[in-house]
Amino acid sequence: MATTTIAPAERENYLNKEYGLGSWLLTTDHKRIALLYLISITFFFFIGGFFALLIRLELLTPAGDLVQADTYNKLFTQHGQVMVFFFLIPSIPAVLGNFLVPMMIGAKDLAFPRINLLSWYLYIIGGALMIHAMLTGGVDTGWTFYTPFSTAFSNTKVIEAGLAIFIAGFSSILTGLNFIVTIHRMRAPGMTWSRLPLFIWAHYATSIIQILGTPVIAITLVLVVAERALHLGIFDPKLGGDPLLFQHLFWFYSHPAVYIMILPSMGVVSEIIACFARKRIFGYTFVAISSLSIAVFGFLVWAHHMFVAGISVYAALVFSLLSYSVAVPSAVKVFNWTATLYKGSIHYDAPMLYAFGFLGLFTIGGLTGLFLACLGVDMHVHDTYFVIAHFHYIMVGGALMGYLGGMHFWWPKISGKLYPEGWARLAALIVFIGFNLTFFPQFILGYLGMPRRYYQYPGEFQVLNVLSTAGATVLGVGYLLPMIYFLWSMRYGKPAPDNPWNAAGLEWQTQSPPTTFNFEKEPVVTWEAYNYDEIDAGHKEEVPVVG
Amino acid sequence: MRVTKRRCPLSDSTTAVQTSVHEDVHRPELLHHFANPEQQRDSASLGMWIFLATEVMFFGGLFCAYLIYRIWYYADFAAASKSINAALGGTNTAVLICSSLTVVLAIWAAEQSRRALMLAMLALTMFFGLCFLGIKGVEYHDKFVEHHVPGPTFSFEHEQIPGHPGQYANPQHAEIFFALYFIMTGLHALHMIVGLGIFTWLFVMAWKGRFTPEYHTPLEIGGLYWHFVDIIWIYLFPLLYLIDRHP
Amino acid sequence: MAGNVDALFIFLVIISGLMTLLIFTAVIYFAARYRHQRGVPAEQIEGSTPLEITWSIIPLAVFMVIFAWGAVVYFKSRTPPRDATEVYVVAKQWMWKMEHAEGQREINELHVPVGRDVKLIMTSQDVIHSFFVPAFRMKQDVLPGRYTVAWFRATQPGTYHLFCSQYCGTQHSGMIGSIVVMEPAQYEAWMSGGSTGPLSATGEKLFAELGCSTCHRTDTQGRGPNLQGVFGKPVLLQDGRTVTADENYIRESILDPGAKIVNGFKPVMPTFQGLVSEEQLNALVAYVKSLSPAAQSATKTANAAPQGSGTQVQ
Repeated sequence: MATTTIAPAERENYLNKEYGLGSWLLTTDHKRIALLYLISITFFFFIGGFFALLIRLELLTPAGDLVQADTYNKLFTQHGQVMVFFFLIPSIPAVLGNFLVPMMIGAKDLAFPRINLLSWYLYIIGGALMIHAMLTGGVDTGWTFYTPFSTAFSNTKVIEAGLAIFIAGFSSILTGLNFIVTIHRMRAPGMTWSRLPLFIWAHYATSIIQILGTPVIAITLVLVVAERALHLGIFDPKLGGDPLLFQHLFWFYSHPAVYIMILPSMGVVSEIIACFARKRIFGYTFVAISSLSIAVFGFLVWAHHMFVAGISVYAALVFSLLSYSVAVPSAVKVFNWTATLYKGSIHYDAPMLYAFGFLGLFTIGGLTGLFLACLGVDMHVHDTYFVIAHFHYIMVGGALMGYLGGMHFWWPKISGKLYPEGWARLAALIVFIGFNLTFFPQFILGYLGMPRRYYQYPGEFQVLNVLSTAGATVLGVGYLLPMIYFLWSMRYGKPAPDNPWNAAGLEWQTQSPPTTFNFEKEPVVTWEAYNYDEIDAGHKEEVPVVG
Repeated sequence: MRVTKRRCPLSDSTTAVQTSVHEDVHRPELLHHFANPEQQRDSASLGMWIFLATEVMFFGGLFCAYLIYRIWYYADFAAASKSINAALGGTNTAVLICSSLTVVLAIWAAEQSRRALMLAMLALTMFFGLCFLGIKGVEYHDKFVEHHVPGPTFSFEHEQIPGHPGQYANPQHAEIFFALYFIMTGLHALHMIVGLGIFTWLFVMAWKGRFTPEYHTPLEIGGLYWHFVDIIWIYLFPLLYLIDRHP
Repeated sequence: MAGNVDALFIFLVIISGLMTLLIFTAVIYFAARYRHQRGVPAEQIEGSTPLEITWSIIPLAVFMVIFAWGAVVYFKSRTPPRDATEVYVVAKQWMWKMEHAEGQREINELHVPVGRDVKLIMTSQDVIHSFFVPAFRMKQDVLPGRYTVAWFRATQPGTYHLFCSQYCGTQHSGMIGSIVVMEPAQYEAWMSGGSTGPLSATGEKLFAELGCSTCHRTDTQGRGPNLQGVFGKPVLLQDGRTVTADENYIRESILDPGAKIVNGFKPVMPTFQGLVSEEQLNALVAYVKSLSPAAQSATKTANAAPQGSGTQVQ
């Protein structure tokens, strides 16, 4: 029930327990580490976003007149690298996952708190190296750094950026390792696998990808760095090597990586929809199994990025077929979420608006994936703005919406404060509109033939580009708003009750913000996940009480 | 009251332990966030196995690249493989297998509370590890002297393809072999060095009497890591040293 | 071919549109219809296995249709017709160099007659590029170190964009050109203006100049295999494998002769890596091809009147 007993600021919690930089930089509390990550990834989001702004400004006109060609090439490369490796991949797992995984399963912390801190430091070191590379010359290989351009032709800081990503990769691996061991070994008594929140299932699946996939990009980076530094010929045809070998090794990780970016978001959406429809997710078991299926199938489809790269026709056929297999569990999840709304009791709070936005945008993004998996169409739209639109629909329309929805949903728990609901709903709407305006025209641009990574283009593509840039400005406003009001709420926001949403889940059984060790007594779980019927039966008043 | 750093079991208050008369009925090794020693040990073990899985994927990518080139350039790889010292490689294999044995014996000694034997086996393990690195150093030196190190000084002219008199290896393809040879064995050696660091720390912990029959988890998981590094070598050796060798 | 791609695309748009409409309608309808009301709790529905199976199987079936149709279109686009006119393309940072079989060279422009099958044999001098003609709905990456092949048949005269669509460095977005599709008469006129002679003739000269004819004689006495009629046929190698003598095989044999030794011959051919440019390689490949009867007749038909109008739509 919602209570406002003791003013939360007076109660000891993980935030006010200790003060001082040292208590933060040497913490092993998973919640503090989550906040360290929150600050860091937000910082990198700004950097990546700044590059995006410059890209869209340049593309307002067909001529290359804002920046030079080389500069533009660095802009899109670094936008991609920063956003993928230093924002999206950590985002939900490192912030929300770190904060919530132990709490959701009734544990005091992750299995390896010190390794958790090490993960953050590795991320910071990688990030610092990346920033240094960007400041001292930049990288212009594209985030995909195909060989032999990256190994034998580019004159930029490829080695440094490669090492930065290599180091950050270990952050990802250790986080995944921590989550798997935690989920296996540290569930509270009674918290069986079938009672786990779907957020946990999603992070479990994500962690499997992290531990199995990331080492492959790590070794690929080692080979690229070695080749570049020592003029080896592993990927260089002039020295007997094969550039396609690079592409296979690269995409073997980078395709599953996109599932690292979307699965956690799907977990968030499950939590939000269940809470704001006040009912259990329809088809819980199928949603859980779908998460695992996506993780497994995601490893079997990498060469669908290479249909026109020069692979054999038969290989292309196999990978196209397999790519459709991974589309099925994603579709199943969307259907299950939609079905959850049926006969629910639906509230329109900001987290739910983000979840609705996710449903719409992920559906469009996922459907356009079918286009790309289709050999006959991919021939035409590969390496055009169609692809860019597709993956932004999933990563921004999907993953980022999920992240924002989750941040709103758990903000009261994390900060002990309530964000301003009116502004939050407005921001959700602005993001949705701005996003579609930015990226939908790009589907058309792509089909018309505008290639990606172009800073100058034929005049007939201008109108759509202008629309896209206009949308980006709106989108930017939509992103700035939460940054502002979340910060505002930390000082001026209303104190949050322990469970403002009357949500199910062990994390809501703790105080807001939680104490360092989360639970006063180890919980013993005797109820199923999403027991909203029991929760709501106990209340006469309107739920939830916030907003 | 002084805030101690003593770890306490789950059921205590959630705030930091603030007592000077807390009975330490629990082992000092039990970390505060674990419910019991079994959970801690199982977690450590699972964690190490998962870490080793990541290492399999890491080396796996490299092995994949190696296997592909070996199939494409088999003859050239055979010629290049002939020029690395299988005797030294074989000796190293024996050295590592012995070191894995001493690791197992160290763990057994801990289970039997035989401190002297445990310390001796740990020291012997490290000795074998150093032997391995020393022999590797000799091999690398040989390659350097023979100009088989990839780069501007590389030279592999007029090297016969084994079994095909009059046919010579393509130097470019041979250079790829050596590039992969150095990267594979180099990464492996790096993991050995880390292993030596781990075992130094284990030795110090053992010396201080931290290991008992009930608690020697660090030994077990350190041992797992060492065995893994050994297994990687057991794959590397025949792959790199024994291409097309005939008795 | 372009028409097929468009048809497939429209099919996908329709399916996606329907699916989007379905989901959007359901979400908006449910969100409105089941907005929370005082005293009306949510109904806890666990799930429905039959429903799950249904909405897994039906999409999968639809996906298989999409896959199959796409596979057919793709297969056709990656299988050049046997007697297509050949054009050699060399991509380099940051321009396209075209060389017609008849010898005309072009930079960043490719003139072709309408209605003729044109096969592009492409390689790169440096990094990976990609030959993309949106109007023809065709794209193929161009790799250093080997040939990749693409083909098209233009059905409407006009000038169409050619883009490089694989990021290749500073002037990637400047590596654009045009495909100029002409009426047959116009094309013949264009062809007759200025050429150094057929590519295969250039290759023949090179073949002699580089000393290839010393070992690759037309009798059985040569130290190297007789190249008459070898193109397009299977070749038995020393190690027992059989490979087809295609463009990549010829190219590899020149640059890395030790990779595939022909059965019955000694591995004595020196490598020409670094001694021949991509254009020279193209000429040599064209020459070896011209020694095959199939290729000779293909050249004849290629130079004859263009084929009947294709069924494709631009």
